[in-house]
Amino acid sequence: MREFWIIFKQAFMTKAKTKSFVITTVLVVAGIFLLSNLPRILDSIDGIGGDEPTTLKVIDASGQLDDPLAAVLQANESDITVESTEESEKDLEKQVRSEDIDSFLTLSLDETNTIQAKYTTLSSIETSLPETLRNALQTVQAGVKADELSLSSEQVDSLFTQVNFEKNNISASAKSEDELNQARILVYVLMFVIYFAVILYSGMIATEVATEKSSRVMEILISSVSPVKHMFAKVLGIGTLGIVQIVLYGIAGFIAFKTSPSEATEGIGSFFNFTDINPMTLVYAVVFFLLGYFLYATLAALLGSLVSRTEDVQQMIMPMTLMIVAAFILAASGLGNPELVYLKYASFFPFFTPLVMFLRVGMLDLPMWEPLLAIAIMLVTIFVLGWFGARVYRGGVLMYGPSRSLKDIKKAIQLGKE
Amino acid sequence: MSLQIEHVTKRFGDFTAVNDLSLTVGEGAMYGFLGANGAGKTTTFRMILGLLTPNEGRITWNGKPISYATSPHIGYLPEERGLYPKMKVEEQLLFLAELRGMKRSDAKREIGGWLDRFEVPQYLNKKVEELSKGNQQKIQVIAALLHKPKLIILDEPFSGLDPVNVEMLKKAILDIRNSGATIVFSSHRMDHVEELCEQFSIIDQGKQIVSGTLKEVKRSFGKQNVRIRSDYKLDALAGLPGVNSVKPTVEGAVYQVDSDETAELLLTEALKAGPVRQFEIEEPTLQDIFIAKVGKEHA
Repeated sequence: MREFWIIFKQAFMTKAKTKSFVITTVLVVAGIFLLSNLPRILDSIDGIGGDEPTTLKVIDASGQLDDPLAAVLQANESDITVESTEESEKDLEKQVRSEDIDSFLTLSLDETNTIQAKYTTLSSIETSLPETLRNALQTVQAGVKADELSLSSEQVDSLFTQVNFEKNNISASAKSEDELNQARILVYVLMFVIYFAVILYSGMIATEVATEKSSRVMEILISSVSPVKHMFAKVLGIGTLGIVQIVLYGIAGFIAFKTSPSEATEGIGSFFNFTDINPMTLVYAVVFFLLGYFLYATLAALLGSLVSRTEDVQQMIMPMTLMIVAAFILAASGLGNPELVYLKYASFFPFFTPLVMFLRVGMLDLPMWEPLLAIAIMLVTIFVLGWFGARVYRGGVLMYGPSRSLKDIKKAIQLGKE
Repeated sequence: MSLQIEHVTKRFGDFTAVNDLSLTVGEGAMYGFLGANGAGKTTTFRMILGLLTPNEGRITWNGKPISYATSPHIGYLPEERGLYPKMKVEEQLLFLAELRGMKRSDAKREIGGWLDRFEVPQYLNKKVEELSKGNQQKIQVIAALLHKPKLIILDEPFSGLDPVNVEMLKKAILDIRNSGATIVFSSHRMDHVEELCEQFSIIDQGKQIVSGTLKEVKRSFGKQNVRIRSDYKLDALAGLPGVNSVKPTVEGAVYQVDSDETAELLLTEALKAGPVRQFEIEEPTLQDIFIAKVGKEHA
């Protein structure tokens, strides 16, 4: 056991001390804090947030639309100030061209008392300002028409009464719309975490093993400690490193959002308001992260032991990477509709389980046996892979030469037995 | 405290890497392994270390098979680097020493002494990849010797070192040997084996062609060189019975002969031609033996 911990410690410490690890961790933590304070930062910098008050020049041919428009805009708490002007359209166009003003609006009423509005600008990408104006004018138009029909304001209001629409899902397992939306965001975020962690750390393991092999340290290592012990110490060491890193991010995220001055209902904070979330979702996230990591890490160690040069690692672990990507695509396709039939089958395939079953368990109310069965299948797979991997590993680490195909697995097992 | 290899054979599929190898290395002895590339030296070492299991025969250390329990007493220097390129020298040595059962604090104390001895104390906190190949080799030797192993296996320890460093290393290895350790090492360099080893083997294509002490091997080789310098013509000597070959030199010739009698005959005949300035019976060098034995196999 002593050797196991020495290798475990070495795998953990040497990685944890590398500049790239420290820098990545610091950058991500900084990123989390930046993101959580984004609304405030944007508010404090003029011009980025786009919330500066806009003055809009308006030519009103009818002479009775500019004031109601200003009133509606004010009622809507818009920061657009209407400035009626007597200048000619041509003059204003010139000003727009010379970029003295951004845009202007011409208003008139036609014979049917319908508002004719024209918004002139040089910018083709601006959509929010014209949209605001259009909505405001719609309200003004309603007022004009109501006057024409001599309707009181109560009558107008009654015309626009909202329907009372309530969704009543009587399935016992269904989640409310709010719950589902929150679950979707949480599942999406955690899916990303699992996906990246599995790709990142299993790649790290494969590279580590290949480096030890190519530098022949491996021969010294496995003459002091059995290859199987070495393999699992490595997998656990790097795995612990990953957990530490993710926990750091988690703590940083928690502190950042708690101390963020923006209210929970505002900005990005509202995204992460998981008041209605089932705590079991978080438990499943941890379980599937760990299982997913060990499954792929064992596979990565096995594949890493087959190559003799670090340059060949990427090629060797390609099939594995594709499998995680496939799992991610499947899971992402189910975010909108987690009840798709193929997801149910995919969620029991051990290499897809961590993402797909997590998606289902997070967004649907599954009978308990489904996630438990998937977890059991994964455990068995990890066990089998560990046993098989250890046999390949024993021979693989002694194999040199241009080995970069999966066919070498057979050769490695043969050599391991000898 | 001896290493015993008895009739060991190792096959990989149809390929026989080591064929019926037997040898005994006594305690405190230094044993040399000579052989061309691919002769089976590294495979033999891997079997001694327990990384590979022989198909036939057995390998024992003090009468017991080598296992992970004995690994703290074994020091191994693989043929290439054998170090983590990105780890610092001190961390690396501490890690490897701990793995071989040494206490961290003890290892820490010893490392300084070793680095001083090899005149590289400034590399303590450098990454291995920043060191030259020769200096990496020194660090690797330290890694193999640090935990004071009883059995030391060195695969090509002198490769990539300049003559000054070779001497430094030879001295370190001899000191370790004198303190009682048993050492097995391989080399392409005949002169190193000739200088350091009491006993050695020449291996070719998995087979042990020659083995024994230097003296025995040289005697049993049965051929020696006779160097004669003379101002007179020695052409007639080449045709004498027992003379295998002649290599002319500036002032005479070197004759390869089978026996002492032929050598005496050469002297008598040479004196008949005139006074002899130099007459010398040279022992065959290991180089001669190696080329004669391995070269013949290939012919």
